[in-house]
Amino acid sequence: MKVKLNVNGRLREADVEPRKTLLDTLREDFLLVGSHAGCEHGVCGACTVLIDGEPSRACLMFAVQADGYEITTIEGLAPAPGELSIVQDAFCETHGLQCGYCTPGMILTAHALLTQNDAPTRDDIVEAISGNICRCTGYGQIVEAVEFAADRLRKTNAPRDPQAAVADEPPVGRPAKSKAPQEGILEAAQIDALRGGRS
Amino acid sequence: MKPAPFDYVRPSSLAEACDILAGDEDARIIAGGQTLIPMLAMRLARPTRLIDILRLKELRGIRSEDGAIVIGAVTRQAEVERSDIIKRALPLLSKALPWVGHPPTRNRGTVGGSIANADPSAEIPLVAVTLGAEIEIANPAGRTGMPADEFFIGPMLTSVMPGDCVCAVRFPVWPHRRVGTGFHEVSARQSDFAFVAAAAQVAIDEDGRCLDVTLGLGGVGDRALRIDVTPLIGEDFGRVSVADVVRAATEGLEASSDLHATADYRRRVASVLGTRALEDAFAEARSHNGAAQ
Repeated sequence: MKVKLNVNGRLREADVEPRKTLLDTLREDFLLVGSHAGCEHGVCGACTVLIDGEPSRACLMFAVQADGYEITTIEGLAPAPGELSIVQDAFCETHGLQCGYCTPGMILTAHALLTQNDAPTRDDIVEAISGNICRCTGYGQIVEAVEFAADRLRKTNAPRDPQAAVADEPPVGRPAKSKAPQEGILEAAQIDALRGGRS
Repeated sequence: MKPAPFDYVRPSSLAEACDILAGDEDARIIAGGQTLIPMLAMRLARPTRLIDILRLKELRGIRSEDGAIVIGAVTRQAEVERSDIIKRALPLLSKALPWVGHPPTRNRGTVGGSIANADPSAEIPLVAVTLGAEIEIANPAGRTGMPADEFFIGPMLTSVMPGDCVCAVRFPVWPHRRVGTGFHEVSARQSDFAFVAAAAQVAIDEDGRCLDVTLGLGGVGDRALRIDVTPLIGEDFGRVSVADVVRAATEGLEASSDLHATADYRRRVASVLGTRALEDAFAEARSHNGAAQ
């Protein structure tokens, strides 16, 4: 069967058997191998991708079911080649990964959480990543990474996603909008400087 | 590719889906796929054909209808969890949903899927049995309703006949002013299968006397069960021992035994969680201001 999927903002076509999961299609047909194949039956969370912005397991969906959705894989998070998203960067800084197998799933799950809620409690974070299994770092540094990323995102002081903005929230003024992201990034960089800076 | 080969069809109406289903006894309905796809991956299920009903608009959504809330079968669990209507009218379902799977599986898993799967420890079937919900079933002959406690007959077993498709669940909404709910669960980790889950709903009058009460237990036996706690009706919860009533009602309960928990453990936990759920429900009902206050 022919399928047309919207992956990371681009329409991609593939000819797949109905029994081919979205995960296998992403990895084998589109060569997006950042989505990892772990248990392949919905337990481990390594294959997590965002479907219309919501974390979902790519192994629990067939490619033929996935047309019409906006699919985001870990490759779609970085703002530009060679750069990292704020969440990815936070994971590096706080040592939120070791072998890295669970990391794409963890980061996408965290990204989705922070898009909805830029001030999550520790419990919110633990609940959000409860479906993602990590077998080496332990969850402490991962939770820390998400808290750190949330802190940075808050400091940008502007809604990350227009859809996530609260309806009755006062609109962010243009000067604030143009200045805020820089301020947030600078602030984080200053904190980094106190801690010895980034390499 | 792990599953055995199958054909995939996406009918454009429920009637068409029912016709295809009736014409092929090895066809299966798929919606969220959060239980079926693992079964396919492990080849525990080998359907000839998957009929995808997820995008049928007639099966989607939450609506209020003469004293009940009707949830379409393909409404995703995450949508129900976030729904303000459900929080207001079916607080018990709202409380149970965070226990259903993990956030990513709730984003895709559907209410009808959980009902049709009939896992004995699943939370949505438990709430359906506790509240006396009605399961709406469609087949080529038309639509019928079936009470939840007749629908579930055993582990992963329902009264659904070949060619039947679960199309909605109708949850009754209690008309009383002061209603409270309680939900408790014991599992190995949050979101794992419940060894025991207890769901309770209580309505009280202005003086705090019980007008109506229901208690359901899941995970204990081979399906969710409603427990007879009618001796509590007319009583003031502050004055009677809820624990005694629950203990008496759960004494002869048939419980299953496996490597996670023995039958005896399940029975004891059932009695304790049932009591806690009822006490929480009563405390919550009392915190709602009645007409007299």
